[in-house]
Amino acid sequence: MSAPAARRQRPILRMIVGRLGIGVFTLFVISVLIFLAVSLLPGDIAQQVLGQSATPETVAAFRRELGLDQPLIWRYLDWVGGVLSGDFGRSLANGRPVAELLAARLGNTLFLAAYAAVIAVPVAVGLGLLSALWRGSWFDRIANVATLSAISFPEFFIAYILMFWLSVRMGWLPSIADPGASPRLGEMLSRAFLPAITLVLVVTAHMMRMTRAAVVNVLGAPYVTMARLKGVSRWRVVTRHALPNALAPIVNVVALNIAWLITGVVIVEVVFVYPGLGQLMVDSVTNRDIPVVQACALIFAAVYILLNLLADVLAIATNPRLLHPR
Amino acid sequence: MMRMLKTMPPTAILGVLVILAYAVIALFAPLFAPYGEAQIVGAQFEPWSATYPFGTDTLGRDMLSRLIWGARNTVGVALVTTALAFGIGAIAGLLAAALGGWVDLVLSRLVDVLMAVPALILTLLALSALGPGVMNLIAVVAVLDSTRVFRLARATAMNVMVMDYVEAAHLRGEGIWWTITREVLPNISAPLIAEFGLRFCFVFLTISALSFLGLGLPPPMADWGAMVRDNAALITFGDITPLLPAACIAVLTVSVNFVVDWMLHRASGLKD
Repeated sequence: MSAPAARRQRPILRMIVGRLGIGVFTLFVISVLIFLAVSLLPGDIAQQVLGQSATPETVAAFRRELGLDQPLIWRYLDWVGGVLSGDFGRSLANGRPVAELLAARLGNTLFLAAYAAVIAVPVAVGLGLLSALWRGSWFDRIANVATLSAISFPEFFIAYILMFWLSVRMGWLPSIADPGASPRLGEMLSRAFLPAITLVLVVTAHMMRMTRAAVVNVLGAPYVTMARLKGVSRWRVVTRHALPNALAPIVNVVALNIAWLITGVVIVEVVFVYPGLGQLMVDSVTNRDIPVVQACALIFAAVYILLNLLADVLAIATNPRLLHPR
Repeated sequence: MMRMLKTMPPTAILGVLVILAYAVIALFAPLFAPYGEAQIVGAQFEPWSATYPFGTDTLGRDMLSRLIWGARNTVGVALVTTALAFGIGAIAGLLAAALGGWVDLVLSRLVDVLMAVPALILTLLALSALGPGVMNLIAVVAVLDSTRVFRLARATAMNVMVMDYVEAAHLRGEGIWWTITREVLPNISAPLIAEFGLRFCFVFLTISALSFLGLGLPPPMADWGAMVRDNAALITFGDITPLLPAACIAVLTVSVNFVVDWMLHRASGLKD
């Protein structure tokens, strides 16, 4: 690579390293928060697990076993060290290693989320573009009312409506979605279809509205009017003038909606009894199985921060102006 | 007033009417409900009939009565939470904008961290640490939701703080509190009011989701999210009763969103 080319590459590289640093730092702060949230709680985990009838000796022994007699910082380092080497501690409910509980479920959740995202992103961006293009038309108005309603529905409402129609009334799909250890992709896809399509509906509504807003913003720019005035066709204006400039906001919109996907995954998994991370987390919150809750929270947080980081980098790569913030 | 009514789109009028209906039902729940909130009146899962318009639930309590009592409980808790979130967020945001310096820095970074992770995950974490209970639920959801109010209040207040009339108030020796309440607040009230509607929807959906997950109001209380969860088994038998409480939630949030959508249009003066 010649010298000037290398220099041109460098700001992007520097930006990526900088963002990575911020991401790691955020994750560190969040891990402290997750750790503290549980350590500073009123009452004592050992006492709670053993119950009120436990003798002080058993409680003290259990505290030593959990490491609760160690100083706070030491416990934090111990916990983080364990997490980094794949050891999340043991579940308080059944004594099994948390990592073992997570292993199978993490894959299931990522599969479901990816399944939903693959359908939702192109559909939402496409429909958002169309309604921005035809703004004010009947298509746009119907889309506005429909997406506004979909946003207002609780996720479990959409899930149960779909379950009622597609699985109970029509009998097309199973109402309980357990992908199992099926080796065949086709079977996994059909079994997880109902939860996935629920997530698609939830996410599409949000993403479509945001995409429309981002594109409408760009279409209002003077250079678009200029292009129209000099006689460029409508299609060309959108694909060559508006879209490249709208890419950065659209990428951000997609990333923002990953938050809806994560929130939605938790609820949808509970509705369809899908054996994923979200269901595990909810069960553990109900049982107050703290090590499992911590591990799930940390994984969800890490995935979310990572995806946002990726979106940031992509947004800047598609729009180099963002490299030089004012 | 009449002119405003005429310019309102039909969706907004519908929204206002539905919100009023909910308010009346929630306020006068004892008058509308045929049976008590936790009163067991019949067998489990009785079908729809004249005595029990929507049948009975898992424990044999009248579904219609519980829907009506649920309006009071669920909407009430959501309103209190939203108000609390608004109080915390608006005061912190205004103080950050007015004081600047390290107050602004600390508050803004704190909010950045809280918003770096989906709110539901932090809510679940906090609830598992604090344990169940209405007070914990309200506090956790309010604090996590106040971050959005903080951002909006701070950003809009920042724009007002640089105005000449605020400078003039400073020069004639007015205190921070006077400046905030008399100069800044009246000028940012329009976006804040619209935000209140949006926040209410969000908080309402969050609390419904939590109670659906079994982390909401304690059992004997009628609560729409928990009612869906308790009766969900009926769906697999082709009975739509469990969908009713979910529909109650959806209709209210749709209505509030319709009204907010119209208010935002009016406030921004945008045509698209």
